[in-house]
Amino acid sequence: MFSLLQEAATTAVGQSDGAVVVDDTATSNVVVTGTEGVRPGVGQDVEAVGLPQLDMTTFGNQIFWLIVTLVVLYLVLSRVALPRIAAVLSDRQGAVTGDLMAAEEFKMKAREAEAAYDKALADARTEAQAIVAQNRATIQGQLDAAIAKADAEIAARTAESETRIREIRVSADASAREVARDVTAELVRSFGGQADEATISSALDGRMKGAVQ
Amino acid sequence: MATEATGGGLEFHPMDQFVVRPLFGDGAVAWYTPTNVTLWLALTALAAIALLVMGTRGRAIVPNRAQSVAEMAYGLVYKMIEDIAGKDGLRYFPYVLTLFMFVVFANLLGLVPMAFTVTSHIAVTGVLALAVFFGVTIIGFVKNGAHFLDLFWVRSAPLAVRPILAVIEVISYFVRPLSLSIRLAGNMIAGHAVIKVFAGFAAIAAVAPIAIVAVIGMYAFEVLVAFVQAYVFTILTCVYLKDALHPSH
Amino acid sequence: MTGDIAELGQYIGVGLTAFGMGFAALGVGNVAGNFLAGALRNPSAAAGQTATLFIGMAFAEALGIFSFLVALLLMFAV
Repeated sequence: MFSLLQEAATTAVGQSDGAVVVDDTATSNVVVTGTEGVRPGVGQDVEAVGLPQLDMTTFGNQIFWLIVTLVVLYLVLSRVALPRIAAVLSDRQGAVTGDLMAAEEFKMKAREAEAAYDKALADARTEAQAIVAQNRATIQGQLDAAIAKADAEIAARTAESETRIREIRVSADASAREVARDVTAELVRSFGGQADEATISSALDGRMKGAVQ
Repeated sequence: MATEATGGGLEFHPMDQFVVRPLFGDGAVAWYTPTNVTLWLALTALAAIALLVMGTRGRAIVPNRAQSVAEMAYGLVYKMIEDIAGKDGLRYFPYVLTLFMFVVFANLLGLVPMAFTVTSHIAVTGVLALAVFFGVTIIGFVKNGAHFLDLFWVRSAPLAVRPILAVIEVISYFVRPLSLSIRLAGNMIAGHAVIKVFAGFAAIAAVAPIAIVAVIGMYAFEVLVAFVQAYVFTILTCVYLKDALHPSH
Repeated sequence: MTGDIAELGQYIGVGLTAFGMGFAALGVGNVAGNFLAGALRNPSAAAGQTATLFIGMAFAEALGIFSFLVALLLMFAV
């Protein structure tokens, strides 16, 4: 393939009437100077003969400069750039991790504060409930005492009333008996009988027992 | 040939942009002569260094624009090696990053008008591909010894098929540098030549608007291709590195 | 129009290699289309397979580039 290229190139040399430059290494005679198609001022004033990529005379030059470039680039990148970027990235990683940890800490603190607040709230609520319960108990006690006192008073009054009623009844009984005896004695006397005190009393007792009771 | 004028002012010179010529004077191109290749290689290296060294000069925790681009390139290649070749491939990270930065900047600088595209030359991409090929082969033999040959002897296949597969594997192994270099150079040659051909059509007034729009479209496409080819070159390097580090299928 | 029969064959050959590039375009489109179809079915798995997509496209494209190389060699080196 390359021999064909060289053949083509030599043909081109034979046809060209422009400046011919022969490579002094004499490996091949590829000419890359302009012939009939030179366009001055168009920038690329050299016309390609064949495919420039297959021009073997320039390979050594390209490979040499490529290797120089690659070695320089590799040394600079591996000595300077990569450690620096790696350091920056790990710094950033560290900073981000630190910030995240700080944020986590703040979050924990906030959570603790919230828990303390909740606890205080619950405490206050229980305390309030305790006070309410205590008050209620006190009031209940006072109420109970008042009710008991009232009950006792009522009972006392009732007893007093009953006693008085009983006294009244007893006195009424006695008065009735006296009245009845007097009436009986008077009746007996008016009928002409001799009113015996004892007989009247026993007769009255027998009649009154059934009546009053 | 296509470089001949077809008359009427319509001239196509799609290959002129690839000519290697001395920077100073019209001499022969000896191996040490500073040529346009030298110039653009140097600019490529300087651009890569400018991005990765000057761009990260601030060492900022919150990066500026250049630094985040540099870190993005670093992260892209780092993740690529880690995902494909595994953790033990990270030893070769500086070399792979050098290749990536070189190829991507050479491709992009080649798109600057009047520039010379170093990656369009078989000699350049061939050296890159052969460096990958020999490097990977040497790493494979040093790391695995004779077990590296397991790469060609597919144990998961039936015994009868293995010799055939071995032949195919050997061929595909040796085609690697060829395909790697020709893919990159071919893409670059094709894109730039097509742009030049469209630009040539701009000489005819009737089709000039279409030609100019086509040049713009192709240019945008070539920017994409420049990135994708650098990415593909690097990713294939990682795949080959994985084969060298873990040769068993 | 000048030239000899060899040149004619050369140009016809160059034209024929354009088919190779067209078929490579089919191949690349096939890779990308199937990737998209798969990615739409399972979008969460698509992100991890981008590298595989590019490798597949690179391999498909490489053969088209080879035919382009054949064209270049026919044009300039034969």
